[in-house]
Amino acid sequence: MQERVKKDPEREFRVVGTRPIRPDGADKVTGRAKFGADFKMAGQLVGKVLRSPHAHARIKGIDVSKAAVLPGVKAIVTRDDFKDQGSEFVPAGEMLVNYRDVVRNVLAREKALFEGHPIAAVAATSEKIAREALRLIKVDYEVLPHVLDAVEAMKPDAPVLHEDMITAGVTPPPTKASNVAKRIEFVMGDIQKGFKDADVIVEREFNTKPVHQGYIEPHAVVASVSEDGSAEVWVTTQGHWIVRAHCARLLGWDISKIRVTASEIGGGFGGKTVVYLEPLALALSKKARKPVKMVMNREEVFRASGPTSGANIWVKIGAKKDGRIVAGEAILKYQAGAFQGSPVQPGCMCAFAPYDLENVKVVGYDVVTNRPKVAAYRAPGGPISEYAVESVVDEIAEQLGLDPIEMRLKNAAKEGTKAAYGPKFGPIGLVEGLEAAKGSPHWNAPLGKNQGRGIAAGFWFNIGGETTVSLQLNEDGTLSLMAGTPDVGGLRASLSMMAAEELGVDVAKVRPIIADTSSLGYNFLTGGSRSTFSSGMATVEAARAMIKEACVRASKLWEIPLDAVTWEDGKVRPAGDNAGKHEAMDLGDIAKIAGKTGGPIVGYSAITAHGAAPSFGVHIADAEVDPETGKTTITRYTVIQDAGKAVHPAYVEGQFQGGAAQGIGWALNEEYIYDDNGRLENPGFLDYRMPVASDLPMIDTIIVEVPNPRHPYGVRGVGETPIVPPMAAIAAAVKRASGVRFFELPMSPPKILAGMKAVKANGGAKATT
Amino acid sequence: MRYEAPDTIDAAVKLLAGEAGLARVLAGGTDLLVQMRSDVVSPDLVVDIKKISELRQVKEEAGGFRVGAAVTGAELKEHAKLPKAWPGLVEAANLIGSTQVQGRATMGGNLCNGSPAADSVPGLIAAGATATLVGPNGRRDLKVEDIMLAPRKLALTKGEIVASFLLPARPARSSDAYLRFIPRTEMDIAVVGCGVSLTLDPSGTCTAARVSLGAVAARPLLVEDAAKAIIGTKLNHAALAKLEAAARAACKPIDDKRGTVEFRIDVAGVLARRAALIAQERARKA
Ligand SMILES: Cc1cc2nc3c(=O)[nH]c(=O)nc-3n(C[C@H](O)[C@H](O)[C@H](O)COP(=O)(O)OP(=O)(O)OC[C@H]3O[C@@H](n4cnc5c(N)ncnc54)[C@H](O)[C@@H]3O)c2cc1C
Repeated sequence: MQERVKKDPEREFRVVGTRPIRPDGADKVTGRAKFGADFKMAGQLVGKVLRSPHAHARIKGIDVSKAAVLPGVKAIVTRDDFKDQGSEFVPAGEMLVNYRDVVRNVLAREKALFEGHPIAAVAATSEKIAREALRLIKVDYEVLPHVLDAVEAMKPDAPVLHEDMITAGVTPPPTKASNVAKRIEFVMGDIQKGFKDADVIVEREFNTKPVHQGYIEPHAVVASVSEDGSAEVWVTTQGHWIVRAHCARLLGWDISKIRVTASEIGGGFGGKTVVYLEPLALALSKKARKPVKMVMNREEVFRASGPTSGANIWVKIGAKKDGRIVAGEAILKYQAGAFQGSPVQPGCMCAFAPYDLENVKVVGYDVVTNRPKVAAYRAPGGPISEYAVESVVDEIAEQLGLDPIEMRLKNAAKEGTKAAYGPKFGPIGLVEGLEAAKGSPHWNAPLGKNQGRGIAAGFWFNIGGETTVSLQLNEDGTLSLMAGTPDVGGLRASLSMMAAEELGVDVAKVRPIIADTSSLGYNFLTGGSRSTFSSGMATVEAARAMIKEACVRASKLWEIPLDAVTWEDGKVRPAGDNAGKHEAMDLGDIAKIAGKTGGPIVGYSAITAHGAAPSFGVHIADAEVDPETGKTTITRYTVIQDAGKAVHPAYVEGQFQGGAAQGIGWALNEEYIYDDNGRLENPGFLDYRMPVASDLPMIDTIIVEVPNPRHPYGVRGVGETPIVPPMAAIAAAVKRASGVRFFELPMSPPKILAGMKAVKANGGAKATT
Repeated sequence: MRYEAPDTIDAAVKLLAGEAGLARVLAGGTDLLVQMRSDVVSPDLVVDIKKISELRQVKEEAGGFRVGAAVTGAELKEHAKLPKAWPGLVEAANLIGSTQVQGRATMGGNLCNGSPAADSVPGLIAAGATATLVGPNGRRDLKVEDIMLAPRKLALTKGEIVASFLLPARPARSSDAYLRFIPRTEMDIAVVGCGVSLTLDPSGTCTAARVSLGAVAARPLLVEDAAKAIIGTKLNHAALAKLEAAARAACKPIDDKRGTVEFRIDVAGVLARRAALIAQERARKA
């Protein structure tokens, strides 16, 4: 069921807004598409990683002598093969990376900081030999006490991961090292005053668990280093230019010598914006003088990649009787994993973003723990803080007897609202989304026994960034499009459509590819919901450059001045005095004369895309809770979100539905379970319980379109906002279905059953857990 | 590693008994191959039993059924009579994995894998099934509840394999049911499983019953007190309350990644009641 809500009478589109078949579709459904593990090279070796069995240990020695002489072993790398890096932060997606930490995450140096931390890597002629070689490597560990939880890690007597970590953002700086990498603070107005004015104040503490992006395709790479020092890399990634940059930096090689090709990607969700295997495969290949292929298994993916932070969040909100919020305060403690750089900063910025507030204070702590270093995961940081804030908003609405949509409409951010994190919003679609929710069939449908309905709003910034697109006009008038942001969700379809729209050609005439790093100018990675926005903007610019060139060629052919030529309805036409004197030419005609009028025609755009606009979403969830087992079933779900302009509505809906599906898992069952030694007990999809298809209802969607004025077609990013509202919407639904309000994720059956029993034991008194 | 696929039980037994190293039977492989890939076991000899026709058949015998240990879940479901006679057992076997897994997974493998959470085992125990074992010293029969002793520990001796299960003849108005609790809808391992089989007299009074619980102790349990709670009753409120209490009292679960002690005990009672009611409903029509 697809509905659309449009704000403005809009430009008439011919292609944009339709649903053509995706250009990568046939190969994906037939199995021909090449994913990371599908590349093979003659003579390739198998690369394997030795990982720490300890959550925290000093590495006193690594003895590879026995492994090195095992027949079939061609190369081994350890920390000694990588130069140490100084501390320096560089942007990577929506997160920052520090090369001091990247080099240590790729291979442990002084210490192993989490179970699964890579210690050494081996390349051998077979998987069996590589595995045997790993067994022969002797590592001398001094096991240290470990800490997994942010609140625990902040205690003064907690084991310290990095002996030189002095909390940033605190004056005067602390004299003692701790696990708190930094403290950040966003303040607007005066919360003291705000709380004084409040008729009702609700204050709650929440806990969430780390959750993995759960991409089906594990990390995989093939690297081949030539004797002359040039290298080729085939890899599954969200950003091959970033892979190139990180590898060049860690290995000390020239960027130009590394050519990276991105494979088809089987999901990334932010988790494929970092390097794990790539520098190891290159280093092994250089040593072995052979191509090296490395593929993680699922266990390795869970133990050593992803996830997003687990967190402890405290929220306090004050409101007037009419529902107007007068003050909001939050303290966020996010697990970063083994190295600093949790998404606590965007978490702080998002926390109250859906609301037009005068008094806000948010404090965040970035806390290292003995877990894999977190990686970006759709709207990194946002789902955690907004879950907590939206849950308190829901509770206040309940206490005041207000409809939760009305409560939000009373406070909703609009064009001109100054966000608590700084900027003023341009045109945004939150009010339109809330109104669409209010009028939706779902919101107005009756509920069954043991069912409850919840609603929550969500926000994400979205970004632009460096982007290059090249559009070639082929001899027969067809078009080849090269983009450089890996296609994670239908990008190639959307780019072809935008090119076809602009050029007045059939979308099937535009064949798009994701080009390698040596074939196209720089592209920042696919992240921040930027690819349709940024590469789309560059595609439109490239198409416009091609149109300009087509006009030049026609003016040459017709021997009339350039300003006597116009482009209309997909054709170059003589204009003014010359109108009608020459036959109008479409791109096919122009292609035929390209050679004799100046050579091949290429439209090119290399830009930093500015003007990314946020997307607001509203989710409605129905939950049914089995009163005897605590099992929650999501019986109905609707996602409403502002897309600005949905270029290919099916892929916009896909993003909405995918975010909701992941959010349902986050809300109900997904969690990392560790034993007392800090070892992960559920590194697989059997016990790391992501939803399976039959766990989900049909997820309905309503696309709101409030155009982004700074994109030629009005596009906003849509990929991340959909994972922000589900947890709060489901928590609210579970509250109404079970009578118990939960403050901890996941809301797994044992917790819900225990919560309901506690209420019964209190004689039905309103209880919370 | 050596792979053999004999076509008689005797040949299989001989191979298994003669292996000095680690030998493993291969049925559907949905446990064994997963364990081999993750280095949990590295057998020196694998004996594939799928070529042995005796193990792949369902036959009517003594008014009941003899089900070969290597019959797959999908074959059980498609059998002309079995799903009607033993709907609970067939649904238990069919909860294993997915459609793809169903085409391989067997009840023999489910039992001999030695997991306390195996879905078809409480179904077999509730059914009163007897397993026929064949080993170097010949054949013997054992009740299914006596086969699994502890996690990964079976009453089988070296070289012995499970050849078949005998499901007894049953009177009119008999039926069974199996329920399991998992946090998702499929592709998960039972946090609690419960099989109930019962017989009603013409007045609707329960004359015989067997109740079995899985995943709540070191081995699947036959809970006689739970059966006693409903025998002689029409499964009224009081009888069901007793059944729930008896099921809970039998549980000796652990806290683990799949559930807590308290949760497992609570849910065992709930499932026992729900499964008994389904079995009762089916028996009325049987
Ligand atoms: C994706 C997936 C989902 C699953 N879901 C479930 C589930 O929901 N519920 C559940 O209970 N299980 C589940 N399993 C586990 C497994 O599928 C079952 O236990 C299945 O019944 C095993 O049967 P098999 O024939 O494949 O056994 P195999 O793997 O062939 O054998 C299992 C073990 O039993 C031994 N063995 C097999 N047959 C005999 C015999 N006749 N005599 C002596 N020893 C024998 C083998 O040597 C081996 O040790 C799942 C597995 C997978 C991969």
